[in-house]
Amino acid sequence: MANTNYFIERTIQAFLTLICVFALTFALLRLMPGGPMAYLQARLSQSNQDMSQEQINNMVELYSSVHPSKPIHIAFFDYTTSLLTGDFGRSIWYNQDVIDILAKAMPWTIFVSAVSLFGTFTIGITLGAVMAYGEGSRFDIGSSTVAIIVTSVPFYVVAVLLLWILGYNTGIFPTGGRVNSSIDPGMNLAFIGSVLYHGALPISALVIAGFGARALSMRGNSIQILGNDYLRVARLRGLSERRIALRYVGRNAILPMYTSIMIAIGSLFGGSIILEEIFLYPGLGYYVFQSLGARDYPLLMGGFLFITIATILGIYIADLTYGLIDPRAGGDDREAF
Amino acid sequence: MTVKPSDRETSTDGGAVTGDRSTSPFHTTADVEETRAERLKGTLDIYLLAPLRILWHDKRALFGLATVLFFVLLGTIGPYLVEVPRSSDGPNALAPFVNWEFPLGTDGLGKGIGATLVHATPAMLKMILAGAIFSSGLGAVWGIISGYKGGRLDRFMMSIADVVMTIPGLPLIVVLSAVIEPRDPFVVGILLSVNAWAGFSRVLRSQVLAIRQESYVEAARTMGLPVWTIMVKVVAPNVMPFVMVNFVTGARRVIISSVGLYFLGILPFTTLNWGVMMNLAYDAGAMNNPKYAHWFLAPMILIVLMSLGLILLGQGMDRIFNPRIRAKHTKKVDDSDAAEPEEGGGTGPTTTVEGH
Repeated sequence: MANTNYFIERTIQAFLTLICVFALTFALLRLMPGGPMAYLQARLSQSNQDMSQEQINNMVELYSSVHPSKPIHIAFFDYTTSLLTGDFGRSIWYNQDVIDILAKAMPWTIFVSAVSLFGTFTIGITLGAVMAYGEGSRFDIGSSTVAIIVTSVPFYVVAVLLLWILGYNTGIFPTGGRVNSSIDPGMNLAFIGSVLYHGALPISALVIAGFGARALSMRGNSIQILGNDYLRVARLRGLSERRIALRYVGRNAILPMYTSIMIAIGSLFGGSIILEEIFLYPGLGYYVFQSLGARDYPLLMGGFLFITIATILGIYIADLTYGLIDPRAGGDDREAF
Repeated sequence: MTVKPSDRETSTDGGAVTGDRSTSPFHTTADVEETRAERLKGTLDIYLLAPLRILWHDKRALFGLATVLFFVLLGTIGPYLVEVPRSSDGPNALAPFVNWEFPLGTDGLGKGIGATLVHATPAMLKMILAGAIFSSGLGAVWGIISGYKGGRLDRFMMSIADVVMTIPGLPLIVVLSAVIEPRDPFVVGILLSVNAWAGFSRVLRSQVLAIRQESYVEAARTMGLPVWTIMVKVVAPNVMPFVMVNFVTGARRVIISSVGLYFLGILPFTTLNWGVMMNLAYDAGAMNNPKYAHWFLAPMILIVLMSLGLILLGQGMDRIFNPRIRAKHTKKVDDSDAAEPEEGGGTGPTTTVEGH
């Protein structure tokens, strides 16, 4: 069964990636000379003068999940098992469990990423389709130019400009935070309004910087499909233009973009390190950034693992569902030389 | 052994070689000998002059090329023409276009902003060069070997590429730079492209998969050429355009992420960088203080300009090299006057531009 094989292969691949990332963070924590281990040991022995080296090492393990002096394979095994059971260590700076800090921050990053992803693709696909239908028209040329220029602006430049103009200079939008703290959290209108109000600028920054590229790729895909013979057949069969546009052109043009949506999740979560620091929006990326300044290695590695696991899951789901959506996918047997 | 009729009647199967070897088609050499100079001219014609000729008619790509050349000159010749900016060269926070000694004004310490921008460029060019060579080079080698060899090696190499590709780039760069603390611009460039090669190797592999089925590659295999020779001399030249387009995309990625990371102070400030300027301006309160606005804006304008130039150049190169579109263009200088290249018709830009 080709499908079962594919499923198994993808699952193994996802696990392999996970283990590789664990190995990477482990190596960075434990093996870098003068790196995190030495720093943690020095820091902990400074604040606990009367502790023995053994006790200090145990403390280091408590914070970072990595034991500095156990044999490497045992230390790595312990590290992997604690990560898999959800123990990401303890933050030095906040003195809380890393998992608690990140789990509280995660929904906010997901909120900003999901809304902006939806906005980017909706605007991009619509604009791209309209551009493709009017190929060569003044609207097409104008929008293509705008799309290329907008795409060339890095998202953090858009973010800084928005914050500058709409935040600091005119005061229309807040310059930091994720919700007005005086409002009771819950499913009431004021709270949701405040969440949207605080999220508006970060989301707009991502959408403005991102829709151009999507529009251009949708335009390219659609134009390629518009030249195909099966569209002529569809017209000859007397199908309505609406049906042709949605089922024949739209569907085939959007399909290749499906995987890029899932991959975009990874880059959105990654980009949150820059975005959330600019808007002082306490999500996943904000804590990763804070941990950098404080040399809070457990929190830094925890944040990195969180983002990576979310990305692995996103790509895994994309891989498994793509075959369901696009029946042409799969099946490659080639001879080896 | 019996003699079959076909051994005597040879007119239908190409015949057996008898008598004078020079009459055999396998031993005939061309009447015209191509000199080294002519060969060089031909190569130049195909790889340099013809693309330039097409580029000349493609205004957008021309703009991209001009922009990129401008920045290259800014980073190579610029530092010799402009003096190193020092604190208190001029008054603090001088507005731009007022004093022609400091055409772009001065920053909070009295350094000329124009001069600082110029002196930040060489380090950025080094970064771009290192990063783009690393990601395109490793990606090309990986993709060609994996795609051409096929089989288990292909699976193994692509599994590694998939693993590397899945790890989100920016967080990986942040974590690595927190532990390694890179200082040299070349090292920073490579670090910023640390997992970019993997995605490219996958793209290139799919190109190689198509090329390996071509008849000329099969001919090379039949002749018994070693695998390495085929990969280097037959496959590699045919995927070169993709490598070059990727070089441009890679350059853009390096510059955008480097400025972003320097702006937030994630990378250590050991070299001048436009991002470092943005960071200093931000910390000096450029957001609230209008007299610092130009200090903050100048590097942002430059990075947008460079990014735009690289995108347009990349798309232009794609239009030249992409076989689906190239058919519309002319192939050689000799007959390029006959057919005007069509601007922007048919297929849209196929260069994928990374959104974030």
